[in-house]
Formats: sequence, C-alpha cells, structure tokens
Amino acid sequence: MSSHPFDEMSVAAGVIRPHYRAFADWLERTDGARIAQKRDEAERAFHRVGITFAVYGEDAGTERLIPFDIVPRIIPADEWRILEAGLKQRVRALNLFLADVYHDQKILKAGAIPAERVLGNTQYRREMSGMDVPGGIYAHIAGVDLVRAGAGEYYVLEDNLRVPSGVSYMLENRRMMMRLFPELFATRSIRPVQHYPDMLLENLRGVGPKGEEAPTVAVLTPGAYNSAYYEHAFLAQQMGVELVEGQDLMVQNDTVYMRTTRGPRRVHVIYRRVDDDFLDPLAFRPDSMLGVPGLFAAYRAGRVTLANAIGTGVADDKSIYPFVPDMIKYYLAEDPILNNVPTFMLYKPKDREYALANLDKLVVKEVHGSGGYGMLVGPACTAAEREEFRRRIVAEPDKYIAQPTLALSTCPTFVESGLAPRHIDLRPYVLSGTDVDLVPGGLTRVALRAGSLVVNSSQGGGTKDTWVLAE
Amino acid sequence: MAALLCRTANELFWMARHIERAENTARLLDVTYRTSLLPYHIQEPGLAWAEPWSVPLISTGVATPYYKHYPELAAESVLKFMIMDEENPSSIYCCLRAARESARSVRGAITSEMYEDLNSAWIAIRENGHERLRSQGVSEFLDWVKMRSHLFRGVTFGTMLRDEAYHFIRLGTHIERADNTARILDTKYHILLPSAADIGGAVDYYQWASLLQSLSGFESYRKIYSDLISPRRVAELLVLRDDMPRSLHSCLNFIDDTLELLCDDNSRELRRQAGELHARLHYGKTEEIIRFGLHEYLMDFLARVSSLGGEISRRFLVPAY
Repeated sequence: MSSHPFDEMSVAAGVIRPHYRAFADWLERTDGARIAQKRDEAERAFHRVGITFAVYGEDAGTERLIPFDIVPRIIPADEWRILEAGLKQRVRALNLFLADVYHDQKILKAGAIPAERVLGNTQYRREMSGMDVPGGIYAHIAGVDLVRAGAGEYYVLEDNLRVPSGVSYMLENRRMMMRLFPELFATRSIRPVQHYPDMLLENLRGVGPKGEEAPTVAVLTPGAYNSAYYEHAFLAQQMGVELVEGQDLMVQNDTVYMRTTRGPRRVHVIYRRVDDDFLDPLAFRPDSMLGVPGLFAAYRAGRVTLANAIGTGVADDKSIYPFVPDMIKYYLAEDPILNNVPTFMLYKPKDREYALANLDKLVVKEVHGSGGYGMLVGPACTAAEREEFRRRIVAEPDKYIAQPTLALSTCPTFVESGLAPRHIDLRPYVLSGTDVDLVPGGLTRVALRAGSLVVNSSQGGGTKDTWVLAE
Repeated sequence: MAALLCRTANELFWMARHIERAENTARLLDVTYRTSLLPYHIQEPGLAWAEPWSVPLISTGVATPYYKHYPELAAESVLKFMIMDEENPSSIYCCLRAARESARSVRGAITSEMYEDLNSAWIAIRENGHERLRSQGVSEFLDWVKMRSHLFRGVTFGTMLRDEAYHFIRLGTHIERADNTARILDTKYHILLPSAADIGGAVDYYQWASLLQSLSGFESYRKIYSDLISPRRVAELLVLRDDMPRSLHSCLNFIDDTLELLCDDNSRELRRQAGELHARLHYGKTEEIIRFGLHEYLMDFLARVSSLGGEISRRFLVPAY
C-alpha cells in the first residue's frame, strides 16, 4: 500500500488545494474550543433526532450513531461535471443491461458477456423474464460507490442497485453542518442537495403503472428494527407519502391496497426497502413475515410498480461488475467515463493462480457479500487470515473476486488526537425514471481507524458532509 | 380528511395512552406519597392491603406481579416497581419506552419536534432515571414526569397538523385519562380510615385534599367552592364538571367530539356507546352518584370506558378486513 495516498485537502504538508483554501482558512481562524463544542452539539442532536442504525449481531434493538465528522469532503465543479456525466452514463447502461437480460438477451447472444455468468447467477430472477416494467427502468435508485486512488483518479467500486441506503445521512449531514456552521454556507458557493426527496418523489410518480395520472406512492419498510429504519421513515416523511409495512398492504384482484381507517386505499408505486426474497411469501421465501402475499402477481400484472424492480442484483453482483465497461460500449457505443477497478475473477484459473500468489497485496471480496462483511484486505491481514481465505477460494472459486488494494484518498478528520488523515469513499445517488438525474453530492464515508480502508458503518465507519462547489 | 393507515392510527392511539398513563401513574404515586405522610395507623391485623402503599398496586391491577418480585409491602419497593421497573408494564419507565417505540414506528406521522421531544424524555429516563430519582427524590421526579407529559402535549398541540393522526392521539389521551382519573378517584375508597369515627375527621379531610392536589384540582376547587373540602364536591368536580380538564365529563366531551370527526355510517355502535356515556355525565347529578355509591359508579364507568376502547379498536385500529 502506498505510504502517501492522495489527500483531498493538501498537496503536501501545508500546501492546501485551491478548492479547500477557504475552508482551511476558516478552520485556522476558528477557535478549537468552539469546534469541540459544536462537535458535542452535533452528537447530542443526532441522538435526539434518533438518526441511528441497528447493528446486526448486537443485542436486538441496539441503536448506534454513525459518527459524524465536521470536516467536509469538497469536490470542485470541474471534477463533479465529469463524475456526473460518468454516473449517468453508467446507470443508463446498467438499466439497459437489466432490460436486455430479462428480455432478448442480445448482449449475451453477441458474446459481450458470458451467458452463464448472468443466467447462472443466483441474483438472476427467472420470474422477471419477459415482463415489461414502466419505462424499461429497473434500478430507479442507484447508489454508486466511488473511491479516489493513485494520483487522484476516481474508480467505481460497486454499483448498488438493490436497496441502496445512506441518502438520509447525506441530507442530515448537510442540515447539521448548516446548523453548526452557518457562516461557511454564507460565503461559499456550495450546491444544495436538500431537494433530493422532491426529486425522488417526482421520479417515483413518473414510473407508475400505465394510465395512472396521479399514482399513489408508498415506502415499504421491513419495520422499526431494520438497520435503515430511520432512513425509511425519513424519506417517507420528506416525500409526504405513507410508510408501510407488509402487514399494512393487501392484494385483491392483482391490485395493492393499504389498510386505512377509511377502508382500503389503492397504492400504485412502492419504493420498497425490503429485499427481493422477502417481498412476497407466495412468490419467494414462504417464511417471510415482511412481505405481502400476492404482491408479485400484482406486479406482473402491471398493476403496481416496484422501485427498484425485482432482480436488479444481477447487474450489481461483483461477478458482473467487471463487465460494466463492456455494457457501456455495447448499449451506448460510448467510452466509459469512469474507471472500473481491475478485477480478478477467481473462477478463471489464470486469475486464481495470480491471486493466490499475491493474497498479501489484494482485496478479496465475496461475490454476494456486502456491507464490508466477508472481505479480506490482504495487506492488513494476518497470515492465518490469508490462509483461511486461500482455503475458501480453492474450495469455491466462483464465490470470490480479487482486486488490487487501492490506496484510497484521505481527508482530514477529527479523531481523538486531533485532525488526522482518514480514508474516504463517496456514494452519490442516481435516480432513473423519465430521465436520469442526481443531486450534486452524495454520502462520504470515512474509515475512522487509522490506516483502515473499510468505511462501512457496520464496521465502525463515519460520515462527512459532501460539498460540490458551484461553477 | 385523509385516511390513515390502521397500524399508524393504532400506534398513535397507544403512544398517547402510554404518555398519559405515565403522567397519571406519577399522579397516583404522588397522592399515595402525600397520603402516606399523614399520621396513620391501621389497628386491625390482616388489613395490610388497606395501607396507602398498596393502593397504586390495586388501582393499576399489578398487585400479583408485585408480590412475585417483592416479599412485602414497602414504600421503597412500590416506588421502585412503579417507577423504574423494566418488568412492570405499568411502570413509568415502561410506559415511556412503549410510547417512544410507538412513535418511532410511525415517526413519519408525527412532527419531528414531537419525536425529538419524546425521544429525549426516553433517553433521559433510560440513562439517568435511577440517578435522578436518587438525587432529586420522589416528588421532584414525579413532577419531572408530569412536566415531560405536559411538554409533549404542548409540542403536539403547537406543531401538528389537525389531521386524522392528530385526532387519534387526542382520542388515546382522553380514553386513558378518563380511565386513570376514575382509578385515582377510586383510591379514596381503598384507603381505609383508621376507624369509622374518623370519617369527616382530619385524616379524611387531608386524604381528599391530597387526591385533589394529585389531579391538579385543589386550586380549582378553592376557586369554585371557596369552602371546606367535601367528598360530595370533589366527586362533582372530578366527575361531572366539564370545565375541569381532567374530569370524566371533560374527557367524554373530547372523546365524543373527536369521534364525530372520525366516524362515518359504519360506526353506529361506537357512536352510540360514546354518546350514551357522554350523556350520563352531561345529565348526571351528584346526588345520584352518591346514592349509587361513588365506588360503584366508578367501577361501572371503567367498564364502559374499556368497552369503548375495544370498540374503537375494532372499528379503526385493527379492523378485520
């Protein structure tokens, strides 16, 4: 791993990048005690507002705060222009890919992607084949994870197309920064992100079942004990739509209704934050208590829209990820704007051989893993941990991919000893409906442990406000 | 008025009931505490159940679980059981937890100010409840609980849209208050006087006075009657007067008005029950209550309120369709 990763704020010690200069001046001018007091205030406010998440494996109902750091991640206008174009391009191609693999499968027939990788994938939902969805959109909400490495170039690490979370932190972090340090916003030209819920609602209304002029939208949550419940409730409230659980919905004649105090009320678009498997006990896992019996039949009948669609996992699976640049070329006839991380597919003998010989330099990920679980960061691991992964890879090579360990960029972050560089990533949220769009910004996650590259909140990561500067 | 999810209505109804219950448990403990400070000795053996500290247990129906945890009746144990016990679903701690859980599960239906207020009350009791009780003493603590309830009601009143959600909160508050006020009034029945000769005596007087104070009725009583405290007038004030916000009549006014806003043609039985109960208070006479017996009257009232709650539940909160 490089000993000098790219730092977002400084070129070298004391040499501040131009787009950070105003912030650095402010930091210099501002009394340390005031900042400490503001950081306390932020923590208390997050607790009171209840912006918490549950951690699986801990006591049921344990609620923790995601640590919030007050040093923003700042993106200059010219960089954002490229990111924005690259993200839109990528998500367009991913939606075209999904429509294709559930219909004509042209890309497989053309041989651009090996058919067995797609059709044999556990995330490929046969139930979806031949079914039309409004506008041909599958991934209405995509949370694309970006990192910066090397000399500062951006890479896409992951396309999250199932139920990406975290956007509420993007919004709450901004709200908190504006409350704590209004002076920063008065003088800087920071582009707003607070209209995200409006954009999302607009987007969801645009993908209603055919012939519905004013579709009723609802957010479907697994319930108050889900780790992202705060976000589900937050988004429903911000959009002014109902937050429903499976038990609040019922299906009659392929039509979905909410149970209300005034009798059944029809629902047209469901922004569902429940995984495919749990959506409908009649169609998928029969033991699901979270789902709605008959929902899939209503969906197939075109009487309700699910966002995201069922079966999007086949496009964000880590074994499909290496082919996204090929999708962009195939469907859009364009060169990919954003880089993919070079990826070794361990089912290929050559790739596997290389990876096994270089486990100490690579990051190994489970193809279906997420949230930073089931991951080996080679350079940071013990020999015993590497041995364990070697055994697993040899036993089931299909289940793993490997990538070079990127020296993720760092951003100054408040830690116990003061301000210190910590690794960060970025997740912007791309909305697809009648158009593809995103707010300027995203969620910046930060690995709070020195040297750690794992930014996931479940692994002790924190978050930062993300500023995209106006032109 | 826009429709509300049944589950949301149910959670809001119970959120309001639990907050109101926490407040009234504080009131109940307050009257018990005041009464217990009066000079007081039951002479006859076997009447321990008539000691003041048994009253909160009997009144809220948790005497059996109490004796499972504690060998005997003692002020400290009852306070512990009724305030901070995590196993006693009627404890103030559990009521606030339940209210906050309900609010959390439907937080989109209430304003963020309401959620933050309730959440901070919950965090305060969860993290500092024992400490606060120890350092400030019982009375201060009970006042704090009442203040939190007042605060939440104020935030609700001051920030919430007058939609169905708001009406179900109001409904929950007043059903619970009607029930709890009746129970607190009835405590006087359970506290035996040392002997028949004490009826109308000093201890009797102070017991009625404490009861009035615990229901925030002492000052109003003075204002209205400018006279000595008599049981007959206490009953009139807390049962029949509709300008007394914690009286049974006042609660039924709220309930009947709210149901009128919420109900449609499918709610005949619910409207009938509420209307009947309201009419009994609206046209009731103190003399009749006294003749019937205040205790008997209150028992009958509690049964009717419970039935009304069940009907609300069947009609709106967990309908079978």
